[in-house]
Amino acid sequence: MAKTTEMMDTARAAGATDAAGATGAAASDGSSAAAGRRAAGEASEGGAWDLAEIRAQFPILSREVNGHPLAYLDNAASSQQPLRVLNRVERYLRREHANVHRGVHQLSAEATEAYEGARRSVAAHAGTTDPSEIVFTRGTTEAVNLVASSWGDAFIGAGDEIVLTKMEHHSNLVPWQLLAGRTGCDLRFVDVTPGGTLDLDDFDRLLGKRTRLVACTHVSNSLGTVNPVREVVNRAHAAGALTLIDGAQAAPHMLTDVAKTGCDFYAFSSHKMCGPTGVGALWARRELLEEMPPYQGGGEMISDVRLEGSSWAKVPHKFEAGTPNISGVVGFGEAARFLADLGPEAIAAHEGVLKRAVLDRLDEIEGLHLYGPREERTAVFSFTYGDIHPHDLSTILDQRGVAIRAGHHCNQPLMDHYGISATARASFFFYNSPREVDALCDGLALAAEVFGGIA
Amino acid sequence: MIEPRPSTPGTIDRAIPSSLNQLYQEVILDHYRRPRNRGHLEEATHAITMNNPLCGDVIELMLRVEGGSIAEARFLGRGCSISLASASMLTGRVRGKSLEQALELSAKFTHLLHGDGTLLSDDDLGDLRTLAGVSKFPVRIKCALLAWNCLEELGGGMEADGGSA
Repeated sequence: MAKTTEMMDTARAAGATDAAGATGAAASDGSSAAAGRRAAGEASEGGAWDLAEIRAQFPILSREVNGHPLAYLDNAASSQQPLRVLNRVERYLRREHANVHRGVHQLSAEATEAYEGARRSVAAHAGTTDPSEIVFTRGTTEAVNLVASSWGDAFIGAGDEIVLTKMEHHSNLVPWQLLAGRTGCDLRFVDVTPGGTLDLDDFDRLLGKRTRLVACTHVSNSLGTVNPVREVVNRAHAAGALTLIDGAQAAPHMLTDVAKTGCDFYAFSSHKMCGPTGVGALWARRELLEEMPPYQGGGEMISDVRLEGSSWAKVPHKFEAGTPNISGVVGFGEAARFLADLGPEAIAAHEGVLKRAVLDRLDEIEGLHLYGPREERTAVFSFTYGDIHPHDLSTILDQRGVAIRAGHHCNQPLMDHYGISATARASFFFYNSPREVDALCDGLALAAEVFGGIA
Repeated sequence: MIEPRPSTPGTIDRAIPSSLNQLYQEVILDHYRRPRNRGHLEEATHAITMNNPLCGDVIELMLRVEGGSIAEARFLGRGCSISLASASMLTGRVRGKSLEQALELSAKFTHLLHGDGTLLSDDDLGDLRTLAGVSKFPVRIKCALLAWNCLEELGGGMEADGGSA
């Protein structure tokens, strides 16, 4: 833990230097320091939340794009990494790298400690006291595929039913379609209301004797809807089904207490919560992991290998075949500690201020249609603007340094549900500033001008 | 037409960057908002639907080929201003052309999008030259080419059939 403190101090010092020297984000982003203080004051009422200092910890946020300060509003796709994570990964690669769980030499011991230390940090982030319930994967997608392949192939058969929702990301849909193809199980889909929430009455109708699993997203990646996962889990359990929650969009923004949700599987990604890409985690109840067969075979996941057959390592290593993405996992662990030090409540408070500001500003824009609920949502905003196609909006905003996503957001069935092919999506994170809300709205005004008005 | 009301008047840089003016020329916006030849072609001899899986744009191109030349072209689909304007212009430019001539036009248009400025004086391209600004936005080239990919797919199939239809 001494290492954690040291890295924190380094990051703070880096932030302080930038702020004091007026060379970092604050300098190239004239209004952000003052705006940050304003937002910080509202968010934590004089607490320790200093947006300028936080932004200074993310070097990429101070760059320019097309001659304008970057306004990075594509956080639902991937978030940026702070110095603390970058430095931790670099230090691992410069000083500690070796293969894990293999050697008796010093470096292997240090690499293994860094890797398993990350598992403890990620476990703490997920709210479990047992790190062996955390399986490292390539990301949320692989975590869902792991459950669909290992648990699904072992425990699902023809005629069994899996209940999904119409707002699932393709990564929590296609693995189940593949499982249905292999086993002959049936997929059912909970309807989404016009307001962008789950239709829980429809959910009740779909639950039945054959329901084996309910797989549902915690937070919609395109609508921002925060689903009532505790309620979903309770109803699924009452019907005798297990539950998998896709936490990719929730883990970065809120306290993820898997015990409180009561779910059986929880999947999330490092790169959406300030960590490196290519890493994620599956949390599952230990007894489930123990009764599930391996997902992939290879090194690390074995206990004893003979030509006639093999036995498996204990969980979680049973599911981590081959040399893992060690530096990525180390960065993931540092990202989890970084978010813990910021505090989930402070993060939620600042994002809450931004969310209200964006809702107020978008409400003022004639011709703008916002999807998703007003309440119980994160600061992810999917919208259409008159007849200007989202791709065109994105191109025009990009000319002002504003990065948003345009398209179906890996949510084609949801787009079909609303009868559209694409939306523009601006997704905010705790390091975004009120100035960036202005930049978004100014960019939309520019788009209206380029198109000669909104039809 | 209603302008969005900026809530911080005076702070907006009103100048439209020249790259955007070149990309979104009036001709293009006109084809986007009043597409030509958009609709189902009852007597189509050839039709194909292609999509761009990354962004969800879809174009269905329908041709009526008579005696080896394109008598009529129509399209259906959804997409951004660039993909729809390009499809709209395509249906106008290929009419009356032989298959070979249409594919030749497609090749020239592709070169134009990849920055070949010598083609700006090529009258055969007509209004399509207004899409030359796309070359400054490489990620949008695939939008401008979606309808033309349909044409090339159909052309390839027809050539395999011996060019008769």
